[in-house]
Amino acid sequence: MILDSKIPEGPLAEKWDKHKFDVKLVNPANKRKYDIIVVGTGLAGASAAATFGELGYNVKAFCFQDSPRRAHSIAAQGGINAAKNYQNDGDSVFRLFYDTIKGGDYRAREANVYRLAQVSVNIIDQCVAQGVPFAREYGGLLANRSFGGAQVSRTFYARGQTGQQLLLGAYSALNRQIAYGKVKMYPRTEMLDLVIVNGQARGIVVRNLITGQIESHSAHAVVLATGGYGNVFFLSTNAMGSNATAAWRAHKKGAFFANPCFTQIHPTCIPVSGEYQSKLTLMSESLRNDGRVWVPKTKEIAEKLRRGDIKVSDIAEADRDYYLERKYPAFGNLVPRDVASRNAKLVCDEGRGVGSTGLAVYLDFADAIKRDGQAAIAAKYGNLFEMYAKITDENPYERPMRIYPAVHYTMGGLWVDYNLMTNIPGLYAAGEANFSDHGANRLGASALMQGLADGYFVLPYTIGDYLARLPYDKVPVDHPAFKEAEQAVISKNNELLSIKGTRTVDDFHKALGQIMWNYCGMARNAEGLKFAKQEIRKLRDEFWRDVKVTGVNEELNQTLEKANRVADFLELGELMVDDALNRNESCGGHFREEYQTPENEALRDDENYTYVAAWEFTGVGNEPKLHKEELKFENVKLTQRSYK
Amino acid sequence: MDLTLKVWRQKDKNSPGQMVTYPVKGISPDMSFLEMLDVLNEDLLVRGEEPIAFDHDCREGICGMCSLFINGRAHGPESGTTTCQLHMRHFSDGETITIEPWRAAAFPVHKDLVVDRSAFDRIQQAGGYISVNTGGVPDANEIPIPKTIADKAFDAATCIQCGACVAACKNASAMLFVSAKVSQLALLPQGQAERKSRVENMVAQMDIEGFGSCTNIGSCAAECPVGISLENIAMLRREFISAKATSENLV
Repeated sequence: MILDSKIPEGPLAEKWDKHKFDVKLVNPANKRKYDIIVVGTGLAGASAAATFGELGYNVKAFCFQDSPRRAHSIAAQGGINAAKNYQNDGDSVFRLFYDTIKGGDYRAREANVYRLAQVSVNIIDQCVAQGVPFAREYGGLLANRSFGGAQVSRTFYARGQTGQQLLLGAYSALNRQIAYGKVKMYPRTEMLDLVIVNGQARGIVVRNLITGQIESHSAHAVVLATGGYGNVFFLSTNAMGSNATAAWRAHKKGAFFANPCFTQIHPTCIPVSGEYQSKLTLMSESLRNDGRVWVPKTKEIAEKLRRGDIKVSDIAEADRDYYLERKYPAFGNLVPRDVASRNAKLVCDEGRGVGSTGLAVYLDFADAIKRDGQAAIAAKYGNLFEMYAKITDENPYERPMRIYPAVHYTMGGLWVDYNLMTNIPGLYAAGEANFSDHGANRLGASALMQGLADGYFVLPYTIGDYLARLPYDKVPVDHPAFKEAEQAVISKNNELLSIKGTRTVDDFHKALGQIMWNYCGMARNAEGLKFAKQEIRKLRDEFWRDVKVTGVNEELNQTLEKANRVADFLELGELMVDDALNRNESCGGHFREEYQTPENEALRDDENYTYVAAWEFTGVGNEPKLHKEELKFENVKLTQRSYK
Repeated sequence: MDLTLKVWRQKDKNSPGQMVTYPVKGISPDMSFLEMLDVLNEDLLVRGEEPIAFDHDCREGICGMCSLFINGRAHGPESGTTTCQLHMRHFSDGETITIEPWRAAAFPVHKDLVVDRSAFDRIQQAGGYISVNTGGVPDANEIPIPKTIADKAFDAATCIQCGACVAACKNASAMLFVSAKVSQLALLPQGQAERKSRVENMVAQMDIEGFGSCTNIGSCAAECPVGISLENIAMLRREFISAKATSENLV
């Protein structure tokens, strides 16, 4: 099968406008004859569902939380990029495009990224019109700050809660459509299978998480906006419920999964403190605007510090190594996330890490507080400082924060073409659930941008092009394809409930997370990956032999919910390992130890790996089939990324 | 630490519930309250008992999904904190901790500690938005907003919709929640067009859902994990009275 990205012809800057003209339109009076299903109601899903409703389509939206306002987009802290150039500091659509392509280590699609940069401008307008309370200057105009991987201030923000405010904007637009009756909302409902009729996605099978009832929903198109799969690692910055089940089950029905090994490890998380820990908490990248990252210059000083013989304040300025500022003078502490994470790991591996485990570096605000005063720092980052204090019981105004990299965002996802359609006609993927815009590394403040771009400004145009070619007739939910999918879901649930083994779901999940972090985490090598593959297979066999799921299907059963998700992670983990093993190069969030420069920087192999690895499912335990989409760079030159 | 937990167990909406006592051992002070419940649940599972159902998701204090009435207080003894951000260092060894679901007629129990807060969504659907379609909006900087107003609107907008205000109120009133959204949108220039109908419709829906009346005692604001101010309730009252006095809501 040849993967057709459907990138429009013509110059980069004109592709999207030309495409918008070329797509087929659905007459407004006919839009009500089409039904669209949206799974997931974060930034991408809520904005898409609301906009489809505004256009006149009938929409059914689904989320597993009790309200769409709880989607994990809510937790994004720092900001959202847009090439507004309000600061007059040299920003432009092309510069945002260029920074994103470079930041992604040249493994993203040029046309998609350019479109993202173009519509970024409209997103801010849209959100402001909805009443999103962005930060303002005293003159009443919007304020900006800068983020990693960029040398301009293009990040719009709402204190440290930008994600929450943007999501509330999309949620309110969604509420308006729910009130109008154009969107029917199904909270506490989880998609467990995709239904394909005559080769087209025509519906989903879901479980009502309160009653356990298995239900089918039919539509003309299905949009998956289900977020990322970082929870495969168990410990991550994702919400506990974030999962890959909807996307993974679509993959098992034929949708290709692209670049699964591209996992972003975020450099500024609160370090792990104990065995019991259930999740990791991120400290916004925006903190690195003012915070300085350092560790002791020598292993000896670090050891004394860890033993408690000396305190942080005892370390003289001359004995501190501000390693990011030293190695990357141009970008300093604002180097992209992959670079900052890798360097934190390097200094900790050298034995210079701090904290009781030695797996932490300092993020120090002393200079900023001296320069601007504590009040100014509190105004910018106050809620983040409070959050840090609550979790660690330490006052970050008085002593530097301890941070360490953690699993954050997954750049891989379902393969989509320029229209955001997967290789299954009628099945779309948006936001973090698709793969297309971030390459091997996502720059800060660009996830929110992509989610809203896809939902507000891309899908509403492209989905019409597909629907316009489709007859209006609906597939009834008693169609054999629905019945068959329902039966498969019921059997799987029954099987999970009947094993009655000895090990808990969390126990398996933690074991999988350990394997993934140790062998497919911040650094990978061929030997480790081969070992991990065997370990995951063993663990998966054991899961299906020995997992313990209590209760029954016909009730609120959180253990059964988790068991379904972990069963899918156990399969997805193996694909991530396969993908990492296939990619014999280092790029962005994928660092293969065998491929690095003498300065420990990622060493790409553009000759052999300038492609998207799109994997086809061939059965559990079988080797997946690799399809390649060659990436063409016509507007930027592939160079070694340098932030020095 | 070793603790004794008294936990509300209820099979479903229609079954009666009861308090059940569980001892837990070896709790680290660095655990979050929910991690402590995770430990208990793992233990229950291994023994073949049903784990306790409770709501949680982001565990970063922002999604608003976690709830829990702990020792008679919404989100527990620490002020300005959600249950997921409450750490066991605030409890002492040997303590008995009582854990109940939110108690309000408008928040029926689904199971154990999980309650149905969909009434909040319906109140938002009644008018908690600005009617603007995607696209065709003015440039963002064409709507200048003085920083002081933007900051006030932001403060109101930080409500995480957790329901602690309702749980803390003796009348199970939703006034603090409703006032936060009404204030945010009434303060902003974008929110003016629907200012009157919004407050009328949201308050009407609040009453339909069965939330009680506000008596200005202020336990809602005292227990709010994100510090939504009582000033918002004052503003809601002003908004409501002025809307009613000049009603455009002809329905």
